[in-house]
Amino acid sequence: MSSGRTLLDIVGLTKSFGGLVAVNGLSFNVKEREVVGVIGPNGSGKTTVLNLISGAFRPTSGSIHLSGQDITRKPAHHIARTGVARTFQLVRVLPGLSVSDNVMAGAVFGRRRLWRQQARSHAQSLIERVGLHDKHRLPVSSLTYIDQKRVELARALAGDPQILLLDEWLAGLNPSELQTGISLIQSLSEEGRTIVLVEHVMDAIRTLCDRCIVMNSGQLLAEGSPDAVLSDPAVITAYLGDD
Amino acid sequence: MTPEDTRNILIGIVCVAIAACVPLVFNGYWLSVALTAMMYIALSTSWALFSGPTHYISLASGAFFGIGGYLVATGMSDYNLSFWLMMAVSAVVATVFAGLIGMATLRLSGVYFVIFTLGLAEMIRNMVSWLQNNVLGSRGLYVLTDFTEAHIYWMLLTVSVAVFILGALIARSRLGFAMRIIGNDETVARHVGINTARAKVLLFMTTGFFAAIVGAIIAPRYSYIEPNLVFSPELSFLVVIMALLGGMHRLWGPLLGVIPFTLIWEAISIWIPNFTTLFLGLAFLTIVYFLPNGVVGLLEKLRGGATP
Ligand SMILES: Nc1ncnc2c1ncn2[C@@H]1O[C@H](COP(=O)(O)OP(=O)(O)O)[C@@H](O)[C@H]1O
Ligand SMILES: [Mg+2]
Repeated sequence: MSSGRTLLDIVGLTKSFGGLVAVNGLSFNVKEREVVGVIGPNGSGKTTVLNLISGAFRPTSGSIHLSGQDITRKPAHHIARTGVARTFQLVRVLPGLSVSDNVMAGAVFGRRRLWRQQARSHAQSLIERVGLHDKHRLPVSSLTYIDQKRVELARALAGDPQILLLDEWLAGLNPSELQTGISLIQSLSEEGRTIVLVEHVMDAIRTLCDRCIVMNSGQLLAEGSPDAVLSDPAVITAYLGDD
Repeated sequence: MTPEDTRNILIGIVCVAIAACVPLVFNGYWLSVALTAMMYIALSTSWALFSGPTHYISLASGAFFGIGGYLVATGMSDYNLSFWLMMAVSAVVATVFAGLIGMATLRLSGVYFVIFTLGLAEMIRNMVSWLQNNVLGSRGLYVLTDFTEAHIYWMLLTVSVAVFILGALIARSRLGFAMRIIGNDETVARHVGINTARAKVLLFMTTGFFAAIVGAIIAPRYSYIEPNLVFSPELSFLVVIMALLGGMHRLWGPLLGVIPFTLIWEAISIWIPNFTTLFLGLAFLTIVYFLPNGVVGLLEKLRGGATP
């Protein structure tokens, strides 16, 4: 838990795709060192929110500030350098590069902007951090799914972001991998990282999140501690359907 | 520098020394074939600096090449300006022009980019032809210099060496690393903090720069310049085919495409001149079906090395 200063401040965020309003007047904030879960049924707009924060999409209206800096309509590379790093719902590694080069990408171009030996050793320490010790020379395409997710996480961390966005990073893992994954994210949080995670795995949400945002049809449905929101009748109805 | 770097530099120096001796050993026909090959080495290698990592196929080489040739011809013929000055001017014009095109089009997806560059080259050719016939008067443009074929060849060799050195430097730079990431996944590239538009435009500008210089150097070879000769769509296609044939994932890949292609092309032009277009088609099919990674890919496979 944290009562630190506000790191991410989102006000009235709206995104429409043609007629479809994927995110509708959403406001919330994230404090320093906080882990905030974004949950909600499929299609409720969670990924779109991350895409708006990271600059993959431009908002239709509303504003996003990071440490007081307006990043609302900035290009993704600018936002990344300001200190937002992310993973993707469908894992995105750089298939033609080695594990080490994948992670270096974050170190070289992220907030730290390291180069050569410094970048390489920084990448190496993160590769070990996420549990890929002996695999840094392999091409990423030869890795298992969870290892590719680890690469993606290490790449995001390598930029030394102020805030880390994880889009269903734990999805698709088997039960033992899931435990490993949860402890990994927990250790990042203990290190003092600020994290926003979109997640469906309830165990993970209960273990990891200080606070949860519940979305439904692009709008904020509930906000509060994991236990409180998960027992909120409105949230249960949204997950189970209206009838 | 790694031992491998040292070895590559030595190999490079030997190759350049051998290439520099060509005009001393050959003249007439064979020198002219070597000159054509050297021209395509500079063009295809610089083209691949941009298209290799981005996979954007640019058919604008002919436009930049034409800017080089045409500006040299106009400047020397109509304004009595020096060859060297016009070469520099054309390089600047083509580089700026490439920058503008890049900014306007590199946000387009690959297919639209190909079409756009082809259309653009054709548009410039027609525009310049029209201007020359209707506004400037259709006097011919003469490029009269004291350059021999050997001189032109050596100038092209110098440009090729510059392209290789620049290519090697880029590959070791942040820009080169950025381009490899962009080639793998542009969305990831933007999200790790790479200004992808800037990186792509910069490299596109280098291809424009070198194509214009080559066009300028070649102009004295033709002596008489007209727009249809220098703004040549065929040249754009040949540059692409030779680079693909050689393989674009190595700096020296296009070189291995240019040499066999030029020799075969010359032979066909002499013995069965009507078959050049057919040969172009066959070369394309060969690349697509048998040499997806070019000659370089094939060599690496034969040596048992991994192809990317
Ligand atoms: N690029 C896009 N173009 C059009 N519609 C989109 C796009 N991205 C998301 N959507 C739509 O926005 C809504 C929210 O999607 P998303 O944010 O992916 O939901 P979630 O991550 O909560 O499952 C969905 O109806 C989806 O179809
Ligand atoms: Mg989603």
